[in-house]
Amino acid sequence: MISLHDINKTYFGAQPLHVLKGINLEIADGEMVSIMGASGSGKSTLLNILGLLDNYDSGDYYLDGKLMKDLTENTAAEYRNKMIGFIFQSFNLIPYKTAIENVALPLYYQGVSRKKRNQLALEYLERFGLKEWADHYPNELSGGQKQRVSMARALVTQPKVILADEPTGALDSKTSAEVIQILREVNQTGITMVIVTHERGIAMRTDKIIHLKDGIIEEVETNNPDLIDLNTQIK
Amino acid sequence: MIDLDGLKEIWQTIARNKTRSLLTAFGVFWGIFILVVLSSVGNGFENGLMRQIEGFSLNTGFIFTEQTTEPYKGYQKGRYWSMDMNDLEAIKDAFPEIVAISPEASLYSSDENNVVFGSKSGSYTVKGLMPEYNQIDRCKIVMGRFVNETDIAEKRKVCLIGERVYEEMMGKNVEPIGKMIKVNGIYFEIVGVIRPYNSHTQVNGEASKSVILPFTTMQQVFGLGDKINFFLYTARDDASVSSMEEDIKTLLKLRHDIAPNDKEAVSAYNVEEEFNIFKALFKGIHILIWIVGLGTLMSGIIGVSNIMLVTVKERTREIGVRRALGAKPKAILTQVMSESLLLTILAGLVGLCFGVLVMAVVGLIVASNPSETTMFQDPNMNLGEAIVAIIIVIVSGLLAGLLPALRAIQIKAIDAIREE
Repeated sequence: MISLHDINKTYFGAQPLHVLKGINLEIADGEMVSIMGASGSGKSTLLNILGLLDNYDSGDYYLDGKLMKDLTENTAAEYRNKMIGFIFQSFNLIPYKTAIENVALPLYYQGVSRKKRNQLALEYLERFGLKEWADHYPNELSGGQKQRVSMARALVTQPKVILADEPTGALDSKTSAEVIQILREVNQTGITMVIVTHERGIAMRTDKIIHLKDGIIEEVETNNPDLIDLNTQIK
Repeated sequence: MIDLDGLKEIWQTIARNKTRSLLTAFGVFWGIFILVVLSSVGNGFENGLMRQIEGFSLNTGFIFTEQTTEPYKGYQKGRYWSMDMNDLEAIKDAFPEIVAISPEASLYSSDENNVVFGSKSGSYTVKGLMPEYNQIDRCKIVMGRFVNETDIAEKRKVCLIGERVYEEMMGKNVEPIGKMIKVNGIYFEIVGVIRPYNSHTQVNGEASKSVILPFTTMQQVFGLGDKINFFLYTARDDASVSSMEEDIKTLLKLRHDIAPNDKEAVSAYNVEEEFNIFKALFKGIHILIWIVGLGTLMSGIIGVSNIMLVTVKERTREIGVRRALGAKPKAILTQVMSESLLLTILAGLVGLCFGVLVMAVVGLIVASNPSETTMFQDPNMNLGEAIVAIIIVIVSGLLAGLLPALRAIQIKAIDAIREE
């Protein structure tokens, strides 16, 4: 599903910063992978490149067999909309939109009719147990509920890949456990998932842990998440 | 272009900060309101002035004969001369731009009462006119008809009387048409009653206090021969009476053996210049009004632009999220522009309606206190001006949104969702 060949990325500021120094990575269809690394290791940059939010200087990035290189803003937006679902640490729900409107937003940009949009959005909210909260605004929801809304939003377009940036970063351990459990369940429906985290407990629940250090992959650790007791403390 | 869905999306963002949107919109509202009020007041004054000269063709010139002041072709200076119908025909032939020409002769009312009807008598001006006169200095025919060609050809002893003459001599309950009235000792049959459109433009005395005879009848009955000492002419709107005037003078001098350098023998007058001054004055007023109005509007527009810039800055994260979720730059551009446009158009239309309403009330108040001397009437913006104002609002709404929109599309998803 995801295939990276010698990806390099340098930020040109006052001091040029070589953030990614040749990343080679294969993520199979339906795999659940976590990326770990210290602050400044390049994990967020890598996720941005995977999410077509940022471009890279050299190398090749294939997503679902298509080369993602030198995309225009428009095509990148289109690919993001159709193939990728984002989950953010701070949820990034739009504060003046209700839960259902937030979930329906990516469909709005696909040009789906309002009726169809709301129907689909409600379906996904129901799946995450938030049907009763559909007409509530984000500030009326708890952290876990917000993250579930944002998961519904990420999934509503039926993307090929879910990219989660510290999805449990703003949640307590109990909620974190719930969220990671939901992510696993989503993954089991066949959606590839990449999670950036610095929490070992979260990473342990993925198939593969990619350790980044100073812009290169230091180690790829293989897990068997099914062996992990779900009640193990995450944090 | 804007579907209902998109409109709801835009409305949500405007409505989420009601106070700010309202204050922003107020600038545009006020700008348009001021523009409507000023422009309506300007129109009110113009209409008021125009009413003062209603009925009188402004493209009109007067020619009258005076004593010659230069000897010429054996004639001494100080000679009295007069024109005749042939001169008028010649002028009409030579100047196709003339649409109406009529001689006028008057018997001025002396102290004695020259008009008698039954037991009543009064002192009124008696004028002899041609049918075409009613295209030059128009008046309303209250009853009957104006002088016609048959009257002229047959030198009929008929007359029209002014409304005041009718009221003073007969009261209001007598049918005047067909009655005989004695004018300077001779009986004429009344065929019409006239009322001037205004009491400000008067040629040879007030029309409502006059008795009008067919010109040829007047010539014959009162022994004027075929002499004409005064005539009026009206030219097409696109012709200049002032420039025709000299040519008419030259033609008359040639026909009557008057020295070409005689400056006084043919006397002429027209109101073109005065009218042009008025026109220029009102044009100036209108330009001033639009400058002031547009200036006020522009400060409103700049306000909108400014607030939109702040809004975009504030919504950096939101816009970034939208971009991440698949909004194309065009979608963001459209959204910001539409927000600005919707806000401006709504505010502009409310301002327009409110302004029109206020001026309609003012117009009603003015109309309910009618006065001959009021220089203010129908203070309304005309449709053309309203359309121009709406177009300006739309264009300025787009302009106001342009800078913020360009700022908004520079926001990249990555900038917005970067965790602090």
